[in-house]
Amino acid sequence: MRAISKRFGPVVANDQVDFEASWGEVHALVGENGAGKSTLMSILAGLYRPDSGRVEIDGLPVRFRSPRDAITQGIGMVYQHYMLVEPFTVAENVVLGEQRRGVDLQTMRVERELTELSHRYGVGVDPRAKIWQLSVGEQQRVEILRLLYLGARILVLDEPTAVLTPQEARSLIQTLRGIAEQGFSVVFISHKLDEVMEVADRISILRRGKIVATTTPEETDRRTLARLMVGRELAELVEHPADEPHETVLPGEAVLELRGVSALGEKGLPALHNVDLEVHAGETLGIAGVAGNGQRELAEVVTGLRRATDGTIRIDGRPMINMPAAEIARAGVAHIPEDRLATGLIGGMDLSENAILRNYAEPPLCSGPFLSNKAIAAFTDRLITDHDVKAPGRWAKVHTLSGGNQQKLLLARELAGQPRLIVAVHPTRGVDVGATEAIHAALRDQRERGAATLLISEDLDELLALSDRIAVLFDGRVMGMLPALGADPEEIGLLMTGVGSPES
Amino acid sequence: MTALVTGLSFLLALFVGGIVLFLAGENPLEVYGAMFYGALGTWNGVAETLVKTTPLLLAGLGVAVAFRMQLWNIGAEGQLYWGAIFATGLALFVIPGAPGWVMVPAMVGAGLLGGALWGLIPGALLAWFGASEIITSLMLNYVAILASEFLIHGPWRNPQGFGFPGTPSLPTAGWLANLGTTRVHLGLLFGLLAALILWIMLRRTRWGYEIGVMGENPRAAHYAGMPTKRTILLVMALSGALAGLAGMSEVAGIGHQLQRNLSPGYGYAAIIVAWLGRLHPFGAVLVAFLLAALTVGGDQIQMSLGLPSAIAPMLQGTILFFLLGGDVLTRYRITRVMG
Repeated sequence: MRAISKRFGPVVANDQVDFEASWGEVHALVGENGAGKSTLMSILAGLYRPDSGRVEIDGLPVRFRSPRDAITQGIGMVYQHYMLVEPFTVAENVVLGEQRRGVDLQTMRVERELTELSHRYGVGVDPRAKIWQLSVGEQQRVEILRLLYLGARILVLDEPTAVLTPQEARSLIQTLRGIAEQGFSVVFISHKLDEVMEVADRISILRRGKIVATTTPEETDRRTLARLMVGRELAELVEHPADEPHETVLPGEAVLELRGVSALGEKGLPALHNVDLEVHAGETLGIAGVAGNGQRELAEVVTGLRRATDGTIRIDGRPMINMPAAEIARAGVAHIPEDRLATGLIGGMDLSENAILRNYAEPPLCSGPFLSNKAIAAFTDRLITDHDVKAPGRWAKVHTLSGGNQQKLLLARELAGQPRLIVAVHPTRGVDVGATEAIHAALRDQRERGAATLLISEDLDELLALSDRIAVLFDGRVMGMLPALGADPEEIGLLMTGVGSPES
Repeated sequence: MTALVTGLSFLLALFVGGIVLFLAGENPLEVYGAMFYGALGTWNGVAETLVKTTPLLLAGLGVAVAFRMQLWNIGAEGQLYWGAIFATGLALFVIPGAPGWVMVPAMVGAGLLGGALWGLIPGALLAWFGASEIITSLMLNYVAILASEFLIHGPWRNPQGFGFPGTPSLPTAGWLANLGTTRVHLGLLFGLLAALILWIMLRRTRWGYEIGVMGENPRAAHYAGMPTKRTILLVMALSGALAGLAGMSEVAGIGHQLQRNLSPGYGYAAIIVAWLGRLHPFGAVLVAFLLAALTVGGDQIQMSLGLPSAIAPMLQGTILFFLLGGDVLTRYRITRVMG
C-alpha cells in the first residue's frame, strides 16, 4: 500500500501510509484505538476507497470497488463481527459467499473441497457442522476457511483473539503461522502486545494515522512497542501484572453478598446457577470467563436490571434482590455496562445529557420539574476535567467521541457519586492503551478509597492487574476462586473452558 | 442544506404535478396560481388556512410527542373523535346551562380527557402486554369513528334535525370565540400555546429529558432505572389529550355540534405534520400551516377552475411525496458498492 490517505470529514484516519506485507509472513499491525488500523485494512479489503494513494499486489496496482473485488484479487478480511448465517452449515455459508450463476448450489462439491482445504492448512473445521453449534473460535476458523476457499492469498484479521480463550488464541496463532509458512501473507491487527510478539514476523505501529515504525520481535520488546503506540512512556504497563505487588488492603466488611443466586438468560434458559460470591470493601473481585458464560447476567442481576429466580443478594447487609435498578443505584452501586453505547450512554445525545443520566432528578441539577442548565454545565465540566475526557465541548454528541473518551465519560459519571460498589463489565474493551491506563488508575483509586469492585473481564491481564481475588465463571457456575497474586493464567484458562469441577 | 432540499423537492413536485395537469388539458401555471391565490391570496383564504391549521397542529403536536419516545401513535384520529364526543356530551347533557367561563374550560378539560383515555388504551396494552401500539392505536380509530356514528345516529341524534345525522347544536356558551367575522377561532391559540408549553417541557424539564432518553436509547433508560412503563402511559395520555383537544376545538369552534365526517383525516395528516416538522413543536406549527394551505388551495381550484375533484388530492400527494422523499434522502445516502 503506497501513500494511502483517507479522511472522514475533518478526521484524518490515514495520512500518507505506506504498508507492505510479504508472502509467507505474518505482519502485525498495532496501534491505539482510533490510530487508523481498521480504516487502513478496510481499504486493503475493498470496503473503503482511499482518498489518495494506491494498493499494489506483486508491484501491480489494483483497484477495488467492493470487498468482492478484493477477494477476487486474493485479499480477504476476517472482521470482528462474523458474517455467518447461524442455522446454515459451514459449507452452505461458504456457498453464500460465492457468486455463481445457476440453481444448483453444489454443496457436496464445496464440502469436499472444504475438507481438503481444512486439512491442508490445519484449520480443523467440519464443513457439515451448523454454525450455531460452533464456538466463537470455531466460527472464526470458518471465516478463515471461507476466505481460503474463495481464493484469498492475503488474509487480514481484525483483532482475532479478542473473543478467544488463551488456549483458543494459541491454537489460532499456530494455524496462522502454518498458513503463512505455506506462502500466504497474513496481516494481524491487535492490541495485545505479547501475542503480537509471539505471532509476528514483522510489526508495524500505527499512530494517529501514520506508520511510526516497522520492526521485528527480535529487535524490540513490549515496552518499546507500547511507547511507540502511545508516543510517550506509560506510567505503568500491564506487562507482568501477576508479579506486581498488590497493596494488601485489609478487606473490610462485605459490601456485596450473593447466596445461591440463579437467573435466566436472554433466551429464557438458565444462565446463572446457584452463585455464591462476596466482595468486601476495598476489595476487587475479578470474574474471568469466556463471553456468554453468565457474566452479563451476573452484572445485571446485581444492578437490578435482570430478575433473579432464586437466592439472596445483600448490599451493605440490606437485602436488595430484584429491587428496581434506580433503588440499587441509590444504594451506592455504580455500573459500567459491557456495551457502553448500547446501554450506558445515549449516542445521539450530548455530553451533558449523558453526564446527568444518574442524577438528573436530584438537586442541584433539578428543582421541581425544571432542569438547571447552569448546574448541569458545571457538573458536566467537572466530570470532563476530573477524568480528562477529550471532547470538543459539552454540546458534542457522544457517538462522535472515541471509544476511550466515551468510556471515561461513563466512568466519570458512575464514580461521581462515590459508590460503595462498582460493577464494571469489560471496562477497557475496545479502548486504547492511554485510556485503559486512566481507567485502571481510576478503578485502583476507588479500591483504595474503600469501594468494593466486581470486575468482569475477558482480559486476563486486566483481571490479574486489578483484582485481589479471581473467580472463574463457566456455564453460569463459579468454577473456582483463587487469589490473583501469583495466579497461573494457564489454570484460569483451563477453568474458563470448564475443565475442573465446580467449587461447590 | 435542508432548506435547499426542501425547496428543490417542492419545485420538483410542482413540475411533476404540472406534467399531469398538462396531460389533463390544463395550464399548470394557471392551476398553481389559483391554488396559491385560493389559500393565501385573500384574507378569507388565509383565514380558512388558519382554520385548517388548528386541528392539524394540535393533533400533530400529540403525535410528535409520542414519536419522540418512539411510541408510534397512529391513533390521533380516534383520539380526536373521543375528545369531540366527551366535549359534546358534557356541553349537551351534563352542564348545558353553564355560563361561558365555566363551559369552555370544562369542555377543554373534557376534550383532553376523552383523547387521553383513548390514548391510554394502546399505552396500557403496550406497557403491560407488549402489544404493538402501532396496530392497537390504528384499529381503535375505527372503533372511535363508529362510536361517534352510533351516537349521532342514535341516542344523541337531534330530534329537530329533519332526520339528518348529528347532535343538537351546542349551547352558545360553549362556542369558541371567533377572530372578527372569520371562522378562525380560539382553537388556534390553544394550538400555539400547546406548542410553546410542549417546547418548554421537552427542553427544560426532567420529563422531557426522560422522554428524550427513552426515545434515543430505551436500554439506557432501563439502565438508569427510569420508570419506563409509567412514562409510556403518561406520554400516550398526553399525545391522546392533544388530539382530543383538536376534536373539541373542531366541535366547539367550527361545527357547534357533533356531526358526521368531523375530521377528514386530520389524525392521519398529523403524522405527516409531526414527521416533516422533525418532531419539533415549532416545526409542527410551520408544517401544519403549509399542509392546511395545500388543502385549502386544493379545495379552491376545484371550485374556481371546475377541475375534477381528484386533481387536488393528486397534487397534495405529489407534493408530500417529494417533500418526504427529499427529507429521507438528505438523511441517508445511497452509495453504489457492487460492480
